[in-house]
Parts: sequence; C-alpha cells; structure tokens
Amino acid sequence: MRVELTTAVIPSAQALEEIKLASDGAVCVFDGIVRDNTRGRQTLFLDYEAYEEMALSQMRSLAAEALTKFAIRDVALLHRLGRLEVGETSVLIVVASAHRVAAFDACRWLIDTLKKTVPIWKKEHFADGVVWAAGESFPEELVAAKETLG
Amino acid sequence: MRVNVLYFGTLKDLFASERAPVELPDGATVDSLLSLLRGQTSKQSDVWRTLAVAVNQEYAALSTTLRDGDEVALLPPVSGGAPRRCGA
Repeated sequence: MRVELTTAVIPSAQALEEIKLASDGAVCVFDGIVRDNTRGRQTLFLDYEAYEEMALSQMRSLAAEALTKFAIRDVALLHRLGRLEVGETSVLIVVASAHRVAAFDACRWLIDTLKKTVPIWKKEHFADGVVWAAGESFPEELVAAKETLG
Repeated sequence: MRVNVLYFGTLKDLFASERAPVELPDGATVDSLLSLLRGQTSKQSDVWRTLAVAVNQEYAALSTTLRDGDEVALLPPVSGGAPRRCGA
C-alpha cells in the first residue's frame, strides 16, 4: 500500500510499473488531470491545499478499506498539493488485482469516496477571476451543521 | 477553556484567518462553537449549511462536547481529486 500527499510531480508511470507482481492479472489506473476549463471558463492553473494530517489519515483509511472491501491485492493513492498547471496529474489511483472487475470497482470507489471525504480543496484561477471550487456534498452523516444552522 | 479553530477553503477567506484560538464555556459543543463563529461574521455564506467539522482530525457531530486544547477544523465541502464539471 502506497499513500502519499506531495507537492512534487506525481510519478504516474513509476507507480504503475512498481505495483505489478506476477500474480496480478490486472492493474487499473485513474489519472486525474487538470482540465483547461470549467464550464467554459478558461483555467490558468489550480492551487490545491489540504488539512494535511487528516487528509493523509483519511487516504490511508480509504486504501485500507478498499483492500478489505474488494478482491484486490494492492493500492497506490497519491494526491498532489500546491500549484498545478493544465494537464498535470492531481490525483493518481493504481489498483492491482488478479482479475479486472475488482480492480475497476475498487478504482472507481476510491476516487468517488476520496472526492467526498478527504479534506483537500482547490482554488481555481481562471483567465477572468478566482474561486474556491464548489465541492461535492459530504455524505449525510458527516455534515455537522445541517440540523440547526440551515 | 480554549480550542484551536482551523479554517479551510472558502472559510479561510470568510474569517481572513487560517487558525484562531477561541474561548468557550466548559461543556461547549461543536454546535455552540459554530453558533458563536457564525455570529462573528456579518457576511452571508451558504457554507454554514454544508460544512463538516473535525475534532482532533476525526469527523465530529454537532453534539460532540469539546475539551480544552481540542483542534477543531471547519471543513467546506471537499474538492480534491480531478476537476469536475458542475453536476457531473
């Protein structure tokens, strides 16, 4: 299991090669990259920031949970922080398993869950302004304020 | 007692701060801290309806009782991973 938060360029090819073992029949990769626009607004770059200690522990928990939840052998989960240019990798998920279905399922579950629960935010710098990206809603059980502050 | 409040994302801009100590009466909960903080800013923000709170780096409920020295992080909806389109 490899879990990292880093300001350096994510070594996608190395992480992919490194995970493979002879017993694996499949490696599934999700490589999340910075798109050049959001809803037509031209993106110049993104700044990612995290509640680092908690983000790392949440990522470790997710990786560990994936290993018990799916029939997979190993997981790498890497997220970059700091300034990212268009086309660069912000998140890399690599899942190795004997069979492809578990690898696809685990990879999809990992990115979907990461995007809802791991405390990382991004500021989008557009050609015509700057905004904090609207995040996905927290799962119901994590929303602290709903009952009284609506 | 005193807790250390951490602000992230849009909340950092709202409070013009990354972290601040906050004095609370003994027995205060996450709920009472949020009410206090919300009263400190006149700016309207939807973030109060959608945020999560972590106490000492674990997600916490409104009813969680705070203790002296706790690290309380206010977390707007997260947006890690790859960029996405609205509604995607």
